[in-house]
Amino acid sequence: MRFVDEYRDAGQARALAAQMAALCRPGRAYKLMEVCGGHTHTIYKHGLEDYLPDAVTLIHGPGCPVCVIPMGRLDDAIHIAEQPDVIMTSFGDMMRVPGGRGSFLDAKARGADIRMVYSPLDALKIARQNPRKRVVFMAIGFETTAPSTAMTVLRAETEGIHNFSVFCNHVTIIPAIKAILDSPDLHLDGFIGPGHVSAVIGCRPYEFIAHTYGKPLVVTGFEPLDVLRAVYQILTQLAEGRSQVENQYARVVPWNGNAKALNVISRVMELRPYFEWRGLGSISHSALKMTEKYAAYDAERIFQIPGVRVADPKACQCGEVLKGVLKPWECKVFGTACTPETPIGTCMVSSEGACAAYYNFGRFSRERVKEATRR
Amino acid sequence: MTTEHTRTTTPEPGEQPGGEATALWAETAVREAAAQEATVQEAAVREAGHLHRPSREDQVLERIERARRGKARIREDLVTLAHGAGGKATHTLIEAVFLESFRNPLLEPLGDGAVIGDLALTTDSFVVKPLFFPGGDIGDLAVNGTVNDLAMCGATPRYLSAGFILEEGFPIADLRRITASMAAAAQAAGVWIVTGDTKVVENGKADGCYITTAGVGTLNRNTALSATAVTPGDAVIVSGPIGEHGMTIMLARGELDLEAHLTSDTAPLHDLTARLLSACDRADDGPAHGAAHGAVRCLRDATRGGVATVLNEIATASQVSIVLDENAIPVHPAVRGACELLGIDPLYVACEGRMVAVVAADHADAALNALRAHPLGSDAAIIGRAGDDPPGLVLLKTCFGGTRIVDLLVGDPLPRIC
Repeated sequence: MRFVDEYRDAGQARALAAQMAALCRPGRAYKLMEVCGGHTHTIYKHGLEDYLPDAVTLIHGPGCPVCVIPMGRLDDAIHIAEQPDVIMTSFGDMMRVPGGRGSFLDAKARGADIRMVYSPLDALKIARQNPRKRVVFMAIGFETTAPSTAMTVLRAETEGIHNFSVFCNHVTIIPAIKAILDSPDLHLDGFIGPGHVSAVIGCRPYEFIAHTYGKPLVVTGFEPLDVLRAVYQILTQLAEGRSQVENQYARVVPWNGNAKALNVISRVMELRPYFEWRGLGSISHSALKMTEKYAAYDAERIFQIPGVRVADPKACQCGEVLKGVLKPWECKVFGTACTPETPIGTCMVSSEGACAAYYNFGRFSRERVKEATRR
Repeated sequence: MTTEHTRTTTPEPGEQPGGEATALWAETAVREAAAQEATVQEAAVREAGHLHRPSREDQVLERIERARRGKARIREDLVTLAHGAGGKATHTLIEAVFLESFRNPLLEPLGDGAVIGDLALTTDSFVVKPLFFPGGDIGDLAVNGTVNDLAMCGATPRYLSAGFILEEGFPIADLRRITASMAAAAQAAGVWIVTGDTKVVENGKADGCYITTAGVGTLNRNTALSATAVTPGDAVIVSGPIGEHGMTIMLARGELDLEAHLTSDTAPLHDLTARLLSACDRADDGPAHGAAHGAVRCLRDATRGGVATVLNEIATASQVSIVLDENAIPVHPAVRGACELLGIDPLYVACEGRMVAVVAADHADAALNALRAHPLGSDAAIIGRAGDDPPGLVLLKTCFGGTRIVDLLVGDPLPRIC
């Protein structure tokens, strides 16, 4: 694992910490959003906040694919799973997410055949092995996972597998960022851009954030030093009065993206007019559905889904947390009605969600934790 | 793709053909939490005469701790797989259903086994899939698991029972293979399997073979080991590299297209614990120790839920903090690599032949030497220390130099592993 250790050097982190502190203007607070749930995970797993200047606060954005699926969509998926001869397949982190009437785990306990898979190809394999069953893949994720779903549909077509379909919930990252930038109560100074998504879409689609909205964005990877370097580059831009899109993750992300992956997506999927995001509301052109040509692989067309919208409880303030207006603990239901065991809002749902991450890894005030670890 | 996006808080016409609904369970949860909080606040006001007002964040954190300490309650109507995963849901099920029904002083500590006079009694069921895996099978797992539960009570394992639930159509040859490895494991651990039971269920009603073992051991020392006995300053030791069993099973299931040279760590630990206890008793000739407990405070085998779960249970039971040093935690490189790829923390991955020992600081070296002198403890390491604040919390100093909380796991990181 040498390639990983190279990006986990505590000495370099200390040096960066000093440089970051020097870049902060006295009296100014800096709020930066890491868009991607993977970054949130890195930040907490390695305890990165210990290296950040006190003036810098990281806001955990909408980039956790599990968290953004609205409850109604999950109810639709459970409805499909409960149809005769259906095997529903899903990534493991989707299993516990509650909809309006429970989670996949609950539906499984009631008798539905719901299986955990590690990739859409596993789902296709199950379809091959069970020709009399109708196998549905619960597709979630940003541009990162959409190519593999699309590839799997193409593979099913080539192999002539007709008992496989996709319940498509793929979403696109740019509209979500734009929705956040357009909210009137926004208080963000810059963005840590997602790594895996950018490997597909490239860096160009972010340029409007720097040009139109005047906010720096640095695309970066998932090792702890990647994230610290991105924060350093954003602070440098702010100190120099610049706002640009920079690529700190050039070892993986090509500036123009991956044309082949984008092409595969567009062969199988197209933009939906509207899609509801948990915590953010309905956003136009923010999600993908299967094209007419692949209707035979579209679970939404094969099964009659109820399509009922399930509103989050009013007490849930996920929208404000996602936009960085509230800290997780400032939400009215945080940690009491809404916990990782019984998540109510989107941010508590997956361990990459802002509230779950705060609850699991940062629940105690920094001073108390620092005092405990010093001894 | 397009850059034109509009956003509304309500759905567009035609977007939601089924109309709107409310998640009733969520509304109920919000209402109940608010009511509970109001009661607690009223009580606090009555007691203190005024509202205690620390910083707003501290108030919220206090509120959360109260909610965590509150009585376990099950919200689900049906048992789900999460209830068997060893994390929070398992704890809730045990406390809200089993402890609630069976409550008695011997059960209440919820240890690995019950101590009755100079006897220790324990039971464990095994439903591992696949039945045969690199380094072992369900047979030696079933013997070692119960032997280890007795060893963690400080007992010498003596007699075991074995109950089999077999599925119609299960090959007799496989059953012989399993019983042969049970016999070998029993001989290695110096126990006899003295009674048993057999049931056969219809095809499709079980995964081939399930085994339940129970065990009796004898105690030969006066001081009881207990998860409540840990005090600030105590050293936290693991007996070897963690997570090998869990990761071996996960890879052996063949669902991941990953290959690594890993074998299960399944092993009987009674000899290791005996050496550890006698070494610490011998070193105990200085000033008298606290009467209630010896230098070895607590032993736990880190099975389902891994080292992190065991440490959380100890921190809660003893109301101490535990601070771990990530650099000091022994992890086999193949386990570390697989964990990186899968996004799993090795601290939560099960072991079947590793234990956590919490030992008084002045006996830590003696304990470590005793463990390292034994083949099953050659890579033992001190991985952390107990402290006084924040009580009930496990913290990790990361390799990268940061800190984070290591909480009980909520979901299931792995398929069935024991």
